[in-house]
Amino acid sequence: MIELQNVNKVYPMGSLEVVALQDVSLGIRQGEMVAVMGPSGSGKSTLMNIVGCLDVPTSGRYFLEGQEVGRLNDDSLAGIRNRKIGFVFQTYNLLTRLTAQANVEMPLLYGNAKDSKRKSLDALDRVGLSDRAHHRPNELSGGQQQRVGIARALAKDPSILLADEPTGNLDSRSSRDIMALLQKLNDEEGLTVIVVTHEPDIAASTRRVVTMHDGQIVDDKPVVQQRFSAAGKDGPR
Amino acid sequence: MIGVAAVISLMSIGRGAQESIVSRIEELGTNLLFVRPGSASEGGFFGGSESATLTLEDARSLRDPVFSPRVSAVAPEISSFGQIEAGRDSLSSQVVGVTPEYQSVRNFSVASGQFISEAHVNSRATVAVLGSQVAEGLFGFRDPVGQTIRINGRQFTVVGVLESRGGTAFGSQDSIALVPITTAYYRLESQRTTQGGVSVSLINVQVADREEMDQAMQDVATVLRLRHRITGEDDFTITNQQETLETLEETTNTFVVFLGAIAGISLLVGGIGIMNIMLVSVTERTREIGIRKAMGARRRDVLLQFLMEATVLSLSGGVIGILSGVGVSRLIDRSGVLGENFGALVSADIAVLALVVSAAIGLFFGIYPAMRAARLHPIEALRYE
Repeated sequence: MIELQNVNKVYPMGSLEVVALQDVSLGIRQGEMVAVMGPSGSGKSTLMNIVGCLDVPTSGRYFLEGQEVGRLNDDSLAGIRNRKIGFVFQTYNLLTRLTAQANVEMPLLYGNAKDSKRKSLDALDRVGLSDRAHHRPNELSGGQQQRVGIARALAKDPSILLADEPTGNLDSRSSRDIMALLQKLNDEEGLTVIVVTHEPDIAASTRRVVTMHDGQIVDDKPVVQQRFSAAGKDGPR
Repeated sequence: MIGVAAVISLMSIGRGAQESIVSRIEELGTNLLFVRPGSASEGGFFGGSESATLTLEDARSLRDPVFSPRVSAVAPEISSFGQIEAGRDSLSSQVVGVTPEYQSVRNFSVASGQFISEAHVNSRATVAVLGSQVAEGLFGFRDPVGQTIRINGRQFTVVGVLESRGGTAFGSQDSIALVPITTAYYRLESQRTTQGGVSVSLINVQVADREEMDQAMQDVATVLRLRHRITGEDDFTITNQQETLETLEETTNTFVVFLGAIAGISLLVGGIGIMNIMLVSVTERTREIGIRKAMGARRRDVLLQFLMEATVLSLSGGVIGILSGVGVSRLIDRSGVLGENFGALVSADIAVLALVVSAAIGLFFGIYPAMRAARLHPIEALRYE
């Protein structure tokens, strides 16, 4: 479903050129749960940006569900992001002026979805936050905010969920809850989940770990998934 | 907002000023025709007042709605100079024999007492209405109404005093004494017309619509030619205030252009203000734009969002501007800073225009910030702190 072939990404920095990705080839199948690890500057964020259709490779090809997306223009990429990709961010990136429900509804409004209100409430239900639908982000705990973020990513029923350090700003208990939620979505709904992290125990909660270094994939191996139980819905703290 | 407020108040003041100037010149009688006896060639510009060719009957005939439908009022007058005495005080002044219509045609208002009435005219009553300067000269601060004066040696009773008008291009209108036209003719003058009627020195003809001065002039000329059985040269002269009207138009046009320019500049400043606010807003919300783009917002979506916001911003500014503009206009109106009969006029069409203009300005000045927002790259926007 995700097929990167010899992808290079070069950023011009004045007269210098910074090579962020060097000849990266990667395939990810439907229903996988993959962690991308590596130190900062290793190119994992660049890889995520390309996989998430936020950026295009300098050279090489990228097929998403059989469609080559590496050469599309901004607006076509926006359409693909809207339909196929759900983003979960380290800093949640919720709009503070909007309620949880309105935040989740936002991507639906960019795709002429019908029943956007009902769908947004369904998505909140899937992350167990129906009772917080009308709270604003600053009235929610970090874990709850991240679950709103996941609900927003789920609202359009994407093919891929891309989570960039989803637990980076959370305490260990909330982190476990979030990872349990992602595992559940992967197990029960067959959602393809890609998690960027540098925490080994988060990586261990997936089924496959891709390790990057200096713009290249240096390791790619399956791991024994460490299960996180959905220990109890965390209430407001 | 300030722009719209400026537009509203300036336009209102502009309109008020226009009205004020028009009404002031109307006091002089821009909608008046002056018919004088004597041909233009023999008497010069002011006609030959010695030739007594116009009568009261001529004046009455001009009221005919069939032959002169554009005439709204006719006021004949007999004017001369006379010596006016009261007790030991005496002064010389213009003495004008008038009919009741004279008051409305020349826009006089009575400060105390009454104006010359129909009854006075019919009975050739020896009554007089004094201009404020004459009244003050003869009686000081005493009320002249009811007092006795002498005009050219004849005794008159003062029945009214006119409100002060101030000077005009033709001299002070306050140095005047009005008497019934019949009294002026039979008791103060001795001129007789060839036709034997009461001769008058001037007929003031008020025209209903200023736009129709020329046609009204034709009507009046036709009626008088018929009455006087004229085939050759007219024995009367008609003048009007066309030149004054033209000056008026030029003046008010200049005024409106001037105010419009000021309002335009303030709108421009307001527009730039909106652009600034929107640029700041785009910068502050870079991250939001990044989030929206990551969620699938296309350039068009972002562009529309910020254009809408700019429009809403400027529209609400417009509404506030209209309210404060109306307030300022009212204030100016109440304070009377700009003179007594100077009203700042706020009208619905100015308000609607201002709203439309403010929306258009929001759109126009919102384009650049909105395009900047739409062009942001999602990754950079998301990374923005």
